[in-house]
Amino acid sequence: MSPRCSWLYRLPGRALLGGIRTLPTTRCPGLHRSLTSSAHPPQICIVGSGPAGFYTAQHLLRHHTQAVVDIYEKLPVPFGLVRFGVAPDHPEVKNVINTFTQTAHSERCTFLGNVTVGRDVTIEELQTAYHAVVLSYGAEDKRLLGIPGENLPGVYSARDFVGWYNGLPDNRHLSPDFSAETAVILGQGNVALDIARILLSPIDLLKKTDITQTALDALSNSRIRKVWLVGRRGPLQVAFTIKELREMIILPGTRPANNPSDYQNLGDFIKDLPRPRKRLTELLVKAALEKPGEKEALRRSQSDREWGLRFLRSPVAVLPSEDGKKAAGIRLSVTRLEGNGENAVAVPTGETEDIPCGLILSSIGYKSVPISSSVPFLHKNGIIPNSMGRVQDAPGLYCSGWVKRGPTGVIATTMTDSFDTAQSLLEDIKSGALNYSENRLGASAIRELLLLRGIQPVSFSDWEKIDAVEAARGAEVGKPREKILDPEEMLQLVCR
Amino acid sequence: MSGKIADTQCRGCVQNLPDYRVDVVFIDRAGKRIPAKGKIGESVLYLAHRYGIELEGACESSLACSTCHVYVSPEFFDQLPEPDEREDDMLDMAPLLQENSRLGCQIILTKELNGAEFILPKITRNFYVDGHVPKPH
Repeated sequence: MSPRCSWLYRLPGRALLGGIRTLPTTRCPGLHRSLTSSAHPPQICIVGSGPAGFYTAQHLLRHHTQAVVDIYEKLPVPFGLVRFGVAPDHPEVKNVINTFTQTAHSERCTFLGNVTVGRDVTIEELQTAYHAVVLSYGAEDKRLLGIPGENLPGVYSARDFVGWYNGLPDNRHLSPDFSAETAVILGQGNVALDIARILLSPIDLLKKTDITQTALDALSNSRIRKVWLVGRRGPLQVAFTIKELREMIILPGTRPANNPSDYQNLGDFIKDLPRPRKRLTELLVKAALEKPGEKEALRRSQSDREWGLRFLRSPVAVLPSEDGKKAAGIRLSVTRLEGNGENAVAVPTGETEDIPCGLILSSIGYKSVPISSSVPFLHKNGIIPNSMGRVQDAPGLYCSGWVKRGPTGVIATTMTDSFDTAQSLLEDIKSGALNYSENRLGASAIRELLLLRGIQPVSFSDWEKIDAVEAARGAEVGKPREKILDPEEMLQLVCR
Repeated sequence: MSGKIADTQCRGCVQNLPDYRVDVVFIDRAGKRIPAKGKIGESVLYLAHRYGIELEGACESSLACSTCHVYVSPEFFDQLPEPDEREDDMLDMAPLLQENSRLGCQIILTKELNGAEFILPKITRNFYVDGHVPKPH
């Protein structure tokens, strides 16, 4: 590896290693920062660079004039689920990257990508180097179905599938099987609808998005024509939101195929529902029961792909093909509801139904994992126990985003929640509950450790080089970007 | 400048204002009143940003989030053009939705909005206790 790797330029003068300290300090924002700020600014670090991490950083930087806020990220690239979760055909949601980029450009903020906290550096080491550590690492695991046949080829978690079409390095070899006509998605949330849309969208629409070329190639050859979204409960309990449903209903080349009987008796309930649930249910009813206009009827009759919601069905087993080598169907238990509204519970009736299908995607939620045995974790809820973002019984430790409240909500929810955590931290600085009178070395201390361990952190300007390459590759094929799938290739780009 | 006119009694004197000015008031999450001089044709989100008011605009006015959610003082709320279906869809996802909720990016200032108040929802328990002062303009 060449000693002129760009990342070495960002090493502070404290890293007394041969050759490195002679590098021009003008290229070293970390050093500039420590010379100009007043005595001992609070040194804060954030673990995770998704929306929770960036919104927490933004609030801290805006409301404290000296605080230094560093963001650690295990991948070489920032933005978490904005890059790897948001659907490729929702580019407007990704505009938030511009706000995050402004935060990263603050001279009091340093991005350290390619650093896995818990492996390359421990939480305890971060706590020694910083006055406060905020855990914003999200929910990287998936919930399991826990049914026979779950591991057969043809069965994938939504998490992995979304990661695959969005270029998440871990999922780049997924190679899902699109040879069957029918796909079943278990779950009725926005992720389930995202997947249905990606499976059924005309390829010409996807071509203009930042979906990976691998996914585009595979979907071009897909034989999937029918997608069923299965839920344990009824139409009044669906978890998706109205924008996503509306998009699905008008998706070119597809027609909705819903059972009118599922919606016929909802009229009486609708009027008393809270506004969001009311509008959502009205749209569901309209799509299923209202006779379409002439133009829409024609559109539907010319569409060769269909999708539909299947209610009161809970997965029991994945049915194997005759040779036992892959999934060929799913057995569902028919349920009935006990109770009403959001709290209704699905109870099995004893009946079952089999749906033949070659692709099964379980979209039943994400799950956070513990990062260290020294950080409290509630396994049952999959969150870090906290009060307003202050980790229980762990002074100096905070959390925000999905690891704080569980894997639900839209970007506005995570924004609110992250500002709240940042505000708790600022209150603790003000009240003295968080003592920062003792100087901490922050990123420079961690960089020394990483150097000794052979870890190459990726800076934000390094990311901008990767970003430029991705954008250029995308431009060649008429896409906003062509994501690089291999972290090694990303690292080579920033280290020539 | 046109002075203190953030009051409904000035509704009748709107025509006396320079036609490019709209005086409105933001009420931030701590309850502080921040008068602002908007331009006709400008969005409330954009005006808030000019005044350093913390109203996020995550999707940059493309109707893909609800981070610029505001309440509009009732007498002015009724004067706004009906929201687009897409705006209503996003409002459904806004924390603390009320009858007078709108998205700041979709409210375009007109002369008629002179005196309007835009209230930022108190989305958190302990917001803005640190005395952050928006930049003067």
